[in-house]
Amino acid sequence: MDLENQKRVKEFAEQYGPENVVVLLGAAEGEASGLAAETVTAGDPTYAGPLTGVSLGLTVYHVCEPEVKAEFDPAVYDEQISMMEMVLDVDDIINEMSAIRDQYCKYLG
Amino acid sequence: MSILAGKKVVIIGDRDGIPGMAIEECAKSAGAEVVFSSTECFV
Repeated sequence: MDLENQKRVKEFAEQYGPENVVVLLGAAEGEASGLAAETVTAGDPTYAGPLTGVSLGLTVYHVCEPEVKAEFDPAVYDEQISMMEMVLDVDDIINEMSAIRDQYCKYLG
Repeated sequence: MSILAGKKVVIIGDRDGIPGMAIEECAKSAGAEVVFSSTECFV
């Protein structure tokens, strides 16, 4: 994840409390989704950014995962996301994301 | 239980995937407060 964005995520978690922050990703494939998810939960796996060694444990979803998709207005999702969803390997993304969430998220309801 | 309603949402979109702006519209429609939205290039 972009180093500047890592810094922002860290600041928002401190400002609002990590239990109140949810990160939504739009990455194009499973591996990138998993890396970004790991960064905001366990810490930066590349040891490059401000989240290195910082385990925020934030709640994180990819926008195409069924759990969050169910909460969006279907008309808005259809207009904004559905075209891109068709070319993404959503199953791969779901696998990567759920593995990270199961291991590292601290605030799942 | 709702995941997004009433939460502070940080959006990390992707230029080659789903852009931040598109995710922002969806998050708002779910009753979330978008505090930050960006579109990254992962490559």
